[in-house]
Order: sequence, then C-alpha cells, then structure tokens
Amino acid sequence: MSEHENHHHEEHAQRTPSALELRVRALEARLTEKGYIDPAALDVLIDTYQTKIGPRNGARVVARAWADPEFRRGLLQDATAAIASLGFAGRQGEHMVAVENTPEVHNMVVCTLCSCYPWSVLGLPPTWYKSAPYRARAVKDPRGVLKEFGVELPPATQIRIWDSTAEVRYLVLPLRPAGTEHLNVGELANLVTRDSMIGTGLPKSA
Amino acid sequence: MTYRSHADLGGQDVPGAIVQEPEGEYFHSPWEQRVMALVVAMGPTGMSNIDMNRATRETLPNYRDLSYYEIWLAALEKLASEKGVLSDTPPKPQQVMRADAVLATIKKGFPASRPASHPARFSVGCNVRAAAVQPEHHTRLPAYARGKMGVVERVHGVHVFPDTNARGLSESPQWLYTVKFAAREIWGESVRAPNSIISVDAFEPYLEPA
Repeated sequence: MSEHENHHHEEHAQRTPSALELRVRALEARLTEKGYIDPAALDVLIDTYQTKIGPRNGARVVARAWADPEFRRGLLQDATAAIASLGFAGRQGEHMVAVENTPEVHNMVVCTLCSCYPWSVLGLPPTWYKSAPYRARAVKDPRGVLKEFGVELPPATQIRIWDSTAEVRYLVLPLRPAGTEHLNVGELANLVTRDSMIGTGLPKSA
Repeated sequence: MTYRSHADLGGQDVPGAIVQEPEGEYFHSPWEQRVMALVVAMGPTGMSNIDMNRATRETLPNYRDLSYYEIWLAALEKLASEKGVLSDTPPKPQQVMRADAVLATIKKGFPASRPASHPARFSVGCNVRAAAVQPEHHTRLPAYARGKMGVVERVHGVHVFPDTNARGLSESPQWLYTVKFAAREIWGESVRAPNSIISVDAFEPYLEPA
C-alpha cells in the first residue's frame, strides 16, 4: 500500500469505519464470545509494544557493550543470557545472537521468508523491514539497500547478511562512534538508532 | 496438490523503494494494533502454532497484494475457521491470556529449543550442501540457498522443526545450524557485492555433507 493510500485510509477511518476495521472488530468479538480472547489483554499488549518494549531496550544493550568490555564479551558469547541480565528477555528474543561490526565487517539483518525480528530488544518491526523490496534485495544487493538508507561503506568492507530463517534473532552491535569516551551509558544509548541495530544504519555521531 | 509459498522473496526482482519510517511509528491504523494483539494473544490458546501461522500466511493466494497486518488478519481468520474455533462447539483453549498475565507471558517467551536426543551430525567448520529439492510443504530453507555449498559457523542446539510442526504432525526437534554462504556461490560471479556473506539458520535435514 502506498503512502498516499495509507493517508487516504486514515482520513477515511475518521469518518466511518473502514471495511478492515469492521472485519477486525467482528473477529475480535467472535473470538471473545468463544472464550479465546480477553479484550482487556489486547489493550495491555498494545500499550506494552507501544511504550515498554521497543528499540530503546536494544540501545541500552549496545551502550552497555560499548562501555563495559566484560558485558560485550558476554553478549558476543551468549547474547540471550547477556540481554536477560538487563531485563530484556522475552517473546521473539528467546534465542539471541549479537553480531559485531568492525572496521572490516558490517552486519545487516533480514528475514526473507516472513518478518522475524528481535521484538524483545527492538520492539515491533518497521513496515519496510516486512516489505517485499527489503526482503528481496537485502540478500542480493546489500550495498544498494544501504545506499537507500544513506549509508555508503568503503568498497573493501565485507557485508554479512543474517537471514533469520529459524527462531534465532539477531542484534547488530554497531561500531562505537569516535569521540564518545567521555559519555556514560545513558548518553551512549541516545546515539544508538533502531536502524543501526538492524544494520541498515549507523549510530549518530557524538 | 502443490504447496506454494508466496513469501520466499530473497533475491527476487521486486520493484519499489524501501520506504523508511521513523523510530516509534509502529502502526498506521488502529485496526493494525488490534490485529497484532489478537495474534499475540492467540498464541497461548493452542489454536495453532507459529509454524502453522507462517504456513497459512505464506500460502494466501493474494499474499503479495496485502499489507503485512492484512496478511496476519487473513491468516488468523482462516485458521480460526479451519480449527473450529468459530463453530458452535469450539475446542477449549489451552490458556487464555489475561490482562494481568500479559507482561509475564511476554517476558517468559516461547522458546523453540528442546532437549537433544542424538548427537549433532555437523560441527563448526563442516562443509555442507543445502538440499536441492523444494519440499511440498512449509519449510524454512530459502530458495536462493537450495543446492548451494556453505560452511557451518554455529551450532544452536535442537529446535522445533517447522516442516513437521506446521503440518500439525509433531515437533520432531532437529539440530539447528547457522550456515554461511559466499555471495558468489549463491548469486554467481556477477554479484554486486562479491565479498559479502549470507548466513541462514538451517535445520539438519536441510543439509548434506559436502
């Protein structure tokens, strides 16, 4: 669906419920009536993934790894345990692997088969991550994709693409920006963008 | 009957720009929020499993015309109907997610790992070839890797096998490996980023020694 169509739908929805909205309401009502759904739980789920579980979790993990060499070692060895130690274990992050960018290697994550994404540290995936163009091109033309995101890497940099084809979820540990030696973990976390943890972006500079 | 997934997109020629989105923009309509929550809340009911959900989504004939939450919605409607959940005598749900249990359920997650009953066939550094034949059911080996040579780079332990779990046969847990492939091996010499590497997570039955 194009941006234009999206906006059109949103404007339309304010006047009268769209066909999709009615379909969803009907399904929710029937699943509730059959005893499968507690609508109050849906409200909590929506709030949780809008305000509690999102890319700021992952940013804390990355910032800690930048600031604490021992945590970084643990993260690269057993990301599931290291992330759990910060309180970010959970659904769609049950089996985590952290992949570290270096001056020689840049990592990028995709799910070509559906939309697998590390929800526990990055929250819900952005639309582009689930979109056909990203899933099709990330594996075949990673430099072209990076260019679309405004990232140009030196030609010698090796690009490693991690296709999340099973229940393992990947978190990119980006390179720490130069000149950030004086920053604390909270300040470092502010430099970590969602895209830098997927590998389609770089952290902000200090 | 042939099984056809419309979701195996790696390397396909798909037109269109990758439209970027600001961090924190998760939904574009309130109904999308509801669909996300419905799908998550249906997990513990035992109506279906994650592999059945994926199989149902990827075989929707109009998969490529739908937005992602439309795909989730259509698959949920289809499964609810197929599993008799919307019938006059629905099966009893295993567990219903209540509001006060949401956070604990999410935190606990749904691990796919299972105890190993036999030793792993491959170890790190083994040369392997990915199976060449596409099975007639849900599977998680991308088409671009079929028949290609790679190297095992990580052994993850034993995980639920999507190929059987999606069909409701059994979990049949299998060893899971990360296998790396040179981009040249997959796309040929004319590849645009010749020194890049593509890794996939592959279940043992997908691999042969090479």
